[in-house]
Amino acid sequence: MELNLVSSSAEETEAIAGRLAPRLRSGDVVTVSGELGTGKTTFVRGACRALGITAPVTSPTFTIGHRYGGEQDVSHLDLYRFEGLSAAEWGDLEPYFEDAIAFVEWPDAGRDALPAARVEIQLEHAGGDRRHIALATEDAALLEGFGRADPRVRHGD
Amino acid sequence: MAGADADGEGVLILAIETSCDETAAALVTDAGSVLSSVVSSQAGLHARYGGVVPEIASRRHLELVLPVVREALERADTSLGGVERVAVTQGPGLVGALLVGLSTAKAIAWAGGRPLVPVDHLEGHIAALYLEPDPLDPPFLCLLASGGHTLLLAVRERGASERLGTTLDDAAGEAFDKGARVLGLGYPGGAEIDRLAGDGDAEAFAFPVARVPGLDFSFSGLKTALLYTVRDLGERETERRRADLAASYQHAIVRALVARIREGVERTGLDRVAVVGGVAANSALREALPEARFAPFDLCTDNAAMIASAARFGGAIPFPNYLGLDAYASIS
Repeated sequence: MELNLVSSSAEETEAIAGRLAPRLRSGDVVTVSGELGTGKTTFVRGACRALGITAPVTSPTFTIGHRYGGEQDVSHLDLYRFEGLSAAEWGDLEPYFEDAIAFVEWPDAGRDALPAARVEIQLEHAGGDRRHIALATEDAALLEGFGRADPRVRHGD
Repeated sequence: MAGADADGEGVLILAIETSCDETAAALVTDAGSVLSSVVSSQAGLHARYGGVVPEIASRRHLELVLPVVREALERADTSLGGVERVAVTQGPGLVGALLVGLSTAKAIAWAGGRPLVPVDHLEGHIAALYLEPDPLDPPFLCLLASGGHTLLLAVRERGASERLGTTLDDAAGEAFDKGARVLGLGYPGGAEIDRLAGDGDAEAFAFPVARVPGLDFSFSGLKTALLYTVRDLGERETERRRADLAASYQHAIVRALVARIREGVERTGLDRVAVVGGVAANSALREALPEARFAPFDLCTDNAAMIASAARFGGAIPFPNYLGLDAYASIS
């Protein structure tokens, strides 16, 4: 199923990710796609905050991988600088997928090598600070009840 | 260059750095003279593949690490027998890449019965300032700005720094690189923007840099602002005004960095400023901070001489207690 949402600020993008994060479990892979400046790192930051990670969540474009330790470890990968993913490169990245929820920005280079994503996030510019955020998953139960809350309305939860 | 002499200068440190793209090795004396510094720059490969790293994996480091060490020894006119201490980057970085350097360093140290010094990559960048011929003494305020990191640090003594601020999203070097991509420039993006900006008007476009609390940095909005500007201009106009765009964009990054440095000086009372990391090579930043100390050009980007330098100030693990040492991925 696919869920289409609209965010009108970085805070809302974080909030949407924060609603998804508690539904994920260790071993899950979430791909986060979208052009430059659509809020991919912002989305991952929102998920991390919801999972209790307080460390700065910054773009791993140059460092390629971050792993944030917490009650639930979160890995944050970025394949922006890759063209493809060789077996050797996959060997380097594999540990980031073990015992962690793994978010992968710019996942295209790793399409054939990465474990299947449980959720695919697609972000698009929609003028100014607005973004379209699509969440796609084969696992309909994962997003059950998710769409009922309008992300454009700030919630206390 | 000459080998180490027998008196005093003689203690030789071999350092290995494999935390990210570069495989590097260096020979540095305990007194801080760089006898050799070899960096197997992959910049040629980057360019060939259009700004994307084709093979950043540990396998590449594995192929390069021994040739690079051999080259460093040769250039220093010495051999492994002359090495008194082995230093290596322990983190942060990609664990598989770090392990290549760490395993190599352990093996060399162990085979020679020498101590091993694990070094933090970021402390290494700062330690580039402590090398001869013009070493800087703490205390000072340090901006560490590279592709992967942007940190404002209070350095009160060698080997110890207090983190005052960090980027909340993109690193300054990454902002340069992604801006270059938006402008259709080559790799490495920072150098391309720097070059092009020389022909442009830095006031032509106003790019906003987000104000965040404290002494932290934020650059991701800037990248988006450039993208929107380029879209609004259209392809032909962007082409025509590319130099102005580069100059204005660079100006925005430099202004943000300089503003934070000034605030850091005010807050800490540290009146001497140093800049290290790849962004320290940027000419506009150097012009904007005429009184600051910058790491030497060849020691701005990742190298092993800075790792050797950091290893001069303690942290040595005696033979053979380092065999179980592990790499770490993230900033602690």
